[in-house]
Amino acid sequence: MSLSELYQEVMMDHYAHPRNCGTLENPDASWELHNPTCGDLIKVEVALEPGDKQSERVVKDIRFSGQGCSISQASASMMTQLVKGKRLSEAREVLERFLSMMKGEDGDFESLGDAQALQGVTRYPVRVKCATLAWHAFEKCTGRLAEGDE
Amino acid sequence: MNPLVAGLNRVGARQLDTERIKKDFPILNTKIRGKSLVYLDNAATTQKPIQVVNALSSYYLESNANVHRAIHDLGARATELYEGARERVAGFIGASKPSEIVFTRNATEAVNLVAYAWGRRNVGPGDEIITTPMEHHSNLVPWQQLAGATGARLRFIDLTPDGRLDMESFYRLLNERTRLVAVSQGSNVLGTINPVAEICRAAREAEAVVLVDGAQSVPHMPVNVASLGCDFLAISGHKMLGPTGIGVLYGRADLLEAMDPFLFGGDMISYVHLETAGWNEIPYKFEAGTPNIAGAIGLAAAIDYLEGLGMEQIESHERQLVKLAMHRLGELGYVEMHGPAGDRAGLISFNIKGIHPHDVATVLNEEGVAIRAGHHCAQPLMEWLNVPATNRASFYIYNDEEDVDRMVQAITRVKEFFRHVIV
Ligand SMILES: Cc1ncc(COP(=O)(O)O)c(C=O)c1O
Repeated sequence: MSLSELYQEVMMDHYAHPRNCGTLENPDASWELHNPTCGDLIKVEVALEPGDKQSERVVKDIRFSGQGCSISQASASMMTQLVKGKRLSEAREVLERFLSMMKGEDGDFESLGDAQALQGVTRYPVRVKCATLAWHAFEKCTGRLAEGDE
Repeated sequence: MNPLVAGLNRVGARQLDTERIKKDFPILNTKIRGKSLVYLDNAATTQKPIQVVNALSSYYLESNANVHRAIHDLGARATELYEGARERVAGFIGASKPSEIVFTRNATEAVNLVAYAWGRRNVGPGDEIITTPMEHHSNLVPWQQLAGATGARLRFIDLTPDGRLDMESFYRLLNERTRLVAVSQGSNVLGTINPVAEICRAAREAEAVVLVDGAQSVPHMPVNVASLGCDFLAISGHKMLGPTGIGVLYGRADLLEAMDPFLFGGDMISYVHLETAGWNEIPYKFEAGTPNIAGAIGLAAAIDYLEGLGMEQIESHERQLVKLAMHRLGELGYVEMHGPAGDRAGLISFNIKGIHPHDVATVLNEEGVAIRAGHHCAQPLMEWLNVPATNRASFYIYNDEEDVDRMVQAITRVKEFFRHVIV
């Protein structure tokens, strides 16, 4: 494992040109998470298309903001890109697949697109938290939204 | 440094023989990602020399027993070693008697002990506690809690733009309501050495008590509680070659005498009835339960090692290294350094524009160079510096100029690696 495998070009590209970076006017859900080891902070905001059943509503827009290292920022950017336009139930599947990859589990991660580039981070256990921060914030958002189905 | 000491160091002081010292630290031969280790995270914890490891193992292999209560010889031997360690610590920091030395787990516990056992009894509504924005969380959060519980108020000494205490602000804050001044002697982020003796003198006149956080000073320079004039001093053994899990609270005997215990149970009592108990004498009333016997013995061995080198030599060695490091980092032109430029302790915090400290530390790790990246348990100070986190390189007795070179070289690799994203 070399540094260039960790800091892959796709990742550096997301870091230098983050997608969906910013805030939303009227999000349906938002969540802020701290990485206590470094003080980094990521906020994820989600807006949904109208719909009756929460889990079937489509992610109309999603934004992230905050500060962090290249891995956490790139990962946030990739996450937003992946879940935007998906139904919440599908987005949750993506989320679970990603977390499974970050746990070092075997599987087919093709569907994760750019985010596959983060697989190398599993070789740097202390950085896994950086890579999963935005995803956990999104998970909290979906958790919030799912409460509406109960 | 005052000119006299600086002069002495130039002509008189022996240089540390780092080549010989390194031999006592087998861990320094470890390979990290194929490269030889350069350990620059000494402010977090230092490595342990074989002398300390041997002291631990020979205690366990030859003298292990519980202390203070045994009639058998082994118990007496363990007690002798444990109490010998207390005397060793007392001598090292210039305490007037061993009973002023309370063994704790670490500096954090030492501060908490004072916050509870002294604070809950001596601080009340409207009283004031003076501290600083550069404290480690362990010398801040216990005072926040104490203030919350007692209705006291925290006051903070201003910092100068280069990260020193603004002493005028201290004198403005100090008044008849001040009960306590809690201040670190050495900052674990800025490298600032605070004028603690001056603070103690002024506080004494105001009849306030001073707790000095010595976690980053005692390992690195001569510290004498009598000449400082402090009332309490907190120390962590693991930051000065000792084992983890052993720390020290120095407390002035009359203050310790007047304090209630912090933890209750065995060893800290003089008698126990079903409904009541009386407390043992100091320091034992603050050491409830079986203490970290091996830890204390290991700490004594660490002190032997440090004194063998000489605390003044250690101080001047580190200062030379940090000076070199600051010079070399300054030459790079893209490294922003924090803290005072001149007289400072042997650590340096820095940021590289546009590159998060985590990324810097990951690249350095790839080169075998271990530095710290984060908030260093000093989040208010990160706010003051207006950065989310910093990198920190901290030096100790086994570091040399080559280690500085390796670090600087690794930093140029960071720059190379992130050239596309640097703004
Ligand atoms: C200035 C300062 N005070 C206190 C501490 C706390 O030490 P410990 O974690 O050993 O209790 C540290 C440790 O980093 C420190 O740097």
